[in-house]
Amino acid sequence: MNRFRLFPPEASTSAQQIDLIYFALVALTVLICMIVFVPIIFFSIKYRRGSKADRSNPRVESVFIESGWTIVPLLIFIGLFSWGAVVYFHVENPPRDALQVQVIGKQWMWRLQHAEGKQEINELHVPVGRAVELTMTSQDVIHSFFVPAFRLHQDVVPGKYTHEWFRATQPGEYHIFCSQYCGTQHSAMIGRVVVMEPLDYAHWLNTGRPMESIALAGERLFRERGCSGCHSGNSKFHAPLLEGIWGKPVPLESGEMVTVDERYVRDSILLPGKEISKGYQNIMPSFAGTLSEQEIMQLLAYIKSIGNQTSPNEPAPNASR
Amino acid sequence: MKTATEIDIQTAGEMPREHYLNAKTGVKAWLLTTDHKRIGILYLWTILVFFLIASVAAAMMRIELLTPQGDFVTNETYNKLFTIHGVLMVWFFLIPSIPAVLGNFVIPMMIGARDVAFPKLNLLSWYIFVAGGALTLWAIIHGGVDTGWTFYTPYSTTYANSHVITMAAGVFVAGFSSIITGLNFMTTIHKMRAPGLTWFRLPLFIWSMYATSVILVLATPVLAITLAVMCVERIWGVGIFDPKLGGDPILFQHMFWFYSHPAVYIMILPGMGVVSELITCFSRKRIFGYGFVAAASMAIAVLGFLVWGHHMFVSSQSVYAGMVFSILSFLVAIPSAIKVFNWTATLHKGSIHFTTPMLYALGFIGLFTIGGMTGLFLATLAVDVHVHDSYFVIAHFHYIMVGGMVMAFMGGLHYWWPKITGRLYPEFAGKLAAMITFAGFNLTFFPQFILGYLGMPRRYHAYPPEFQMFNVLSTAGASILGIGYLLPLIYFLWSLKFGRVAGPNPWRATGLEWQTPSPPPKHNFEEKTPVVTEKPYSYSAEEDADLNLASI
Repeated sequence: MNRFRLFPPEASTSAQQIDLIYFALVALTVLICMIVFVPIIFFSIKYRRGSKADRSNPRVESVFIESGWTIVPLLIFIGLFSWGAVVYFHVENPPRDALQVQVIGKQWMWRLQHAEGKQEINELHVPVGRAVELTMTSQDVIHSFFVPAFRLHQDVVPGKYTHEWFRATQPGEYHIFCSQYCGTQHSAMIGRVVVMEPLDYAHWLNTGRPMESIALAGERLFRERGCSGCHSGNSKFHAPLLEGIWGKPVPLESGEMVTVDERYVRDSILLPGKEISKGYQNIMPSFAGTLSEQEIMQLLAYIKSIGNQTSPNEPAPNASR
Repeated sequence: MKTATEIDIQTAGEMPREHYLNAKTGVKAWLLTTDHKRIGILYLWTILVFFLIASVAAAMMRIELLTPQGDFVTNETYNKLFTIHGVLMVWFFLIPSIPAVLGNFVIPMMIGARDVAFPKLNLLSWYIFVAGGALTLWAIIHGGVDTGWTFYTPYSTTYANSHVITMAAGVFVAGFSSIITGLNFMTTIHKMRAPGLTWFRLPLFIWSMYATSVILVLATPVLAITLAVMCVERIWGVGIFDPKLGGDPILFQHMFWFYSHPAVYIMILPGMGVVSELITCFSRKRIFGYGFVAAASMAIAVLGFLVWGHHMFVSSQSVYAGMVFSILSFLVAIPSAIKVFNWTATLHKGSIHFTTPMLYALGFIGLFTIGGMTGLFLATLAVDVHVHDSYFVIAHFHYIMVGGMVMAFMGGLHYWWPKITGRLYPEFAGKLAAMITFAGFNLTFFPQFILGYLGMPRRYHAYPPEFQMFNVLSTAGASILGIGYLLPLIYFLWSLKFGRVAGPNPWRATGLEWQTPSPPPKHNFEEKTPVVTEKPYSYSAEEDADLNLASI
């Protein structure tokens, strides 16, 4: 990690894609510099003051030339834009089979938890060759989770969840930097990613004390904090059931439709009166200040994990047969 | 336009008996002046003070970064240093540099006017600027601010434990000086042009200053609103940006960059205007593609308002918004490219004089080209994901701001120095300083491109040891750059007393500002109002092939 380098290690699949564009841009820059600097130097010598060069009939305008050096760059730029946008779209959309890791940034450390429950601070262990998705939020100010070797970079914003993903290609250790200025010890908010062979990773994951997965921790919280007292089929309070709703649109009292996602569930926990589900009363208390960011993420993971179940009080689609 | 020799009302080698500098002397006469030329000089001294403070902050940062450990200053001090550097350089040096100093001095003369449209407002703008600067300095002296010049929320509103409000107030107040100056220039250019000086006979410096003024007037109020709202949240805890209070921190970034990206063009368009003047004068040839260069300035002013989201590709802004901002950012690069190509073509069949201003102008083209091309890296979505908030960004915008704007400012200052003071600076020292600046600049900032792609984040007080070599190179370059800036300071002051008397038009330049004595009389054109009858830049390289400006 401490070797002198001119170029960063290329340790993820997107690193290779991004570097390819980078090299194309470097080549274009060299080309344009040649196109501009060579004539400047040539003219500077040929037409220096007092030289005997022919200066008769100088051209001072040409719509043809102007159009040329407007249209050619335009076409090149549209090509570059498209290439960059396609790769960007790819690096911004995690594959479905990605391993899930939750990341919480705070002044000035990273707290990470694997879906299986294992927790780390300022370190991230991952297997080589598997896609890993990070779901991130911040407890205080904006941070940014930056792993140069993976060309991986995403701001970590309080009050919302951001995502990034990578597929590591080289075992080794790589820097994690916080790249969004976050206060006094910003430059100390660093860590490392450890990329391991899959077997080593499985071994690493299973050492230490037995763990509770994030979703299980969420289920436990769901009971302990009293969520299940209302959000269950046999409750005497009228509250929406949460089984099977993740990722689906639900109607609101206001007549709008909203997709049940991280934002909606988070807001419903902290600001329950904001978007009331159609047919329900605003009776839920806010949990702002009583749940930590980690606990909210665990609850989210639990509600997501029951997203494929059917609600107990609705007849299952094949029950009537 | 008449040639310089016909209007030679002042013989070379002799200063005019009465001019704007000796019209009325004394501190009070200067502090109450409404003469645009004197106000330009007041601005020059003021921004020099801010430039020196901000340079000292930069020097301390470069010393800190010599070693990977944070051992020269504490992390808290370091964070305050880059905030001071950013705030002072952007708002108290770069933005007023060419507009308020050179623009104030030459715009009325260039268009044949006695003064700007609102001379009293012009003086007021300087007082407002000084008041804003004083507030900012007060914040620095009383402990500084550690938010960075970007004041990102919720750090600035909730977490920063420093004089955020005072510094934001300083910037807020100084913004009104920008607005007044922009308004003044627009009105002046619309209403006070000499007879015959139609829009397409205007020097390109006027076009670029007009484009700049449009941005100053339209964008600066957004900055004022943004900072005011930020202060409201910080003081009263009204939830606008902090999610804990129900706000959205990304909203701040949208508002901030809605001003601050156009502000980038406030900081480069005037430089482009100066370079257009210098290239054509010292090639002794009419500029290539006048109409395209002028239109490019206006295109930049308009498109510049539509690209702010390219600062936010990894901020959690929508992927689709990112795509729109990316393509628009590529588009805004086109008018800049057009300008570079036209300047290059102007040299063809010219008669090129390598005077100090010309060296700065050629340096500008080189550095601006590299700065502009590396801007494309940042406009490319996928590549920006990697280099965002790294030293690559630092290198890129310093190539534009320092390699571009400061080079142009120095070029313009040398070009109009004889007009401002009536005396010439020493040419050899001038060329030497221009070359030292160019070399020092590249050594300072080129290694930062490599550092950035390696992944060194900006605003880091300490860094992993593998980044050290490039940081050492950069610091070495900064010390050379420092000499490049110190030299002109010395010989400009020297020339005030010992410089050769310039005469009205030492460059044999076209343009109305050269048709009046140096230094000009109080009302610019005492004897007769100039009348314009032809296109600008009526140079002939063929006739001037043997002209030697050094012997004049």
